[in-house]
Amino acid sequence: MGWFNRLKDGITTKTKSKREAPDGLWHKCKGKGCGKTNTLKELEENYYKCPHCDYHTRIGSYDYFDLLFDGKYEIMFDNIQSKDILGFEDLKTYEDRLKSAYAKTDLPDAISVASGKINKKPIVIAAMDFTFIGGSMGSVVGEKISRAIDAAIKIKSPFMIISKSGGARMMESAFSLMQMAKTSTKLAQLSRKKLPYFSFMTDPTTGGVTASYAMLGDINFAEPKALIGFAGPRVIKETIKRDLPEGFQTSEFLLDHGFLDFIVNRADLKDKIGDLLDLFSSSNK
Amino acid sequence: MVFLEFEKPLEKLYDQLEKLRQVGEESDIDVTDKIKVIEDKIKARSKEIFSNLNGWQKVQLSRHPNRPYTLHYLTNMCKKFVELHGDRNYSDDKAIVGGIGKINGDPIVFIGHQKGINTKMRQYRNFGMANPEGYRKALRLMKMAERFGYPVVCLIDTPGAYPGIEAEERGQAEAIARNLFEMAQLKVPILCYVIGEGASGGALGIGLGDKVFMLENTWYSVISPESCSSILWRSWDHKEEAAEVLKLTADNMLEFGLIDDIVKEPLGGAHVDHAKMVKILKSHIKKQIEELSTLSPDELIEHRLEKYGKMGAFTVKKTSS
Repeated sequence: MGWFNRLKDGITTKTKSKREAPDGLWHKCKGKGCGKTNTLKELEENYYKCPHCDYHTRIGSYDYFDLLFDGKYEIMFDNIQSKDILGFEDLKTYEDRLKSAYAKTDLPDAISVASGKINKKPIVIAAMDFTFIGGSMGSVVGEKISRAIDAAIKIKSPFMIISKSGGARMMESAFSLMQMAKTSTKLAQLSRKKLPYFSFMTDPTTGGVTASYAMLGDINFAEPKALIGFAGPRVIKETIKRDLPEGFQTSEFLLDHGFLDFIVNRADLKDKIGDLLDLFSSSNK
Repeated sequence: MVFLEFEKPLEKLYDQLEKLRQVGEESDIDVTDKIKVIEDKIKARSKEIFSNLNGWQKVQLSRHPNRPYTLHYLTNMCKKFVELHGDRNYSDDKAIVGGIGKINGDPIVFIGHQKGINTKMRQYRNFGMANPEGYRKALRLMKMAERFGYPVVCLIDTPGAYPGIEAEERGQAEAIARNLFEMAQLKVPILCYVIGEGASGGALGIGLGDKVFMLENTWYSVISPESCSSILWRSWDHKEEAAEVLKLTADNMLEFGLIDDIVKEPLGGAHVDHAKMVKILKSHIKKQIEELSTLSPDELIEHRLEKYGKMGAFTVKKTSS
């Protein structure tokens, strides 16, 4: 018998939609200088943001889908899975890494694609999961984005990617590198069809993901205080051998330097995207 | 000349050859036959060494200090070559060079990473690590080529895009991403050659094209073996293992279908015979441009989309999970 009684009977949210949500009843905020403890319920009701400091806790692809879509959405291309074509082995084999990622996350790879409506307007969204091998981009991520773009072209809807990634997946070597070329080529095709692409960056977005689809949005926007950059802060620090300035490579830094259109609080995200969808469609049709 | 660890058996032979040539020049003794003997020995030994190189040895060759760099190719392949500078926005990057030249009477816009030939120049060229303005200069030149209908040839040789504070401030990621996006739909033929190191996004930033080739002793990967070792093994000591598992050689890349072909280097590597290497690359470029010039802009873009759309290795499960 547990010490606590359930407030509501049964699990009301699907486990799938809770993947990256913190475990347990209590959650300690990871926000800089905060560290306050909240109940999970408080956190969940506040869009997984800290009620004290507004720190945006990392969440998963399904959390975003649940947050954004009007009710139901259709998950697409979940049957595409990674393959160890190189026979890659460092301290662990790539196959073992994949197996433990499947077990840990219950996800098919580091990206999920869904099609549905936001404020009654159709959109295709591809969202990344950091919990799956650091949200790394391998062949599956490239292929799913590619097919998601085809799906958007087919229904003539805007397309959005929610990035959350450490970069390319090393275990696929040049295959993962070429996904930068593949996704950019595909986005060029979308652009030639005159369909808008919204790139939404969340903590963290770095490496080959930033240097391809994340930076190519017609609109680039991000969650507050997300780490966004090309090279990781540690690599830069080791290269230049001095400390990095305060706030370096944050969303606010990128906005200031002209690489983002705006920063959006998770509480306003659905409305903001709804606005974009409305503004990028003619009312006289 | 510099001799790598596995090239050491050749050092003595090259020494002897050099001495014989001196003797020949300084006296009336006929050394032709003797030179021939040594040259044959060098050939035989080189064949032995070079027929069985591992990944790490190829990485070392790609970084050989005597290897020809971009500007050497450009100034020797073209009768006339004019270097063009600057991205028209911020500055002139020294690690990516570009310009216009002619091969066989036809104008070509060239772009390439540039490394330095000595310590001072290596610093000046930032070791071939470009900042955002390098990629933006490249794009500016590609757009010019498009306007005039000239093909673009990119020579890739970089240990990576520069990871610095200013590079991030000026949008290193955006600059590379923008190039990929624009190169995907450029209306003129693009040829890419990895002539040395092909490291990650810094290489790919000028590396998307209709045809991509690698010189025989080069590598192409998502990360350098050293960085891979440091991240996955948490130490710098596993670079040789990393070079193996990354499958980064030209042979690997061709086998995976990620490049179109391998350009053979002179026996013993590009660094032993610059003139011959230049000649090989020049005739290769000439032939490729002839083939690509038959395609319309729409066909080029369509083929590029198809080419990159196919890249990737994954399984498709029959039933959706």
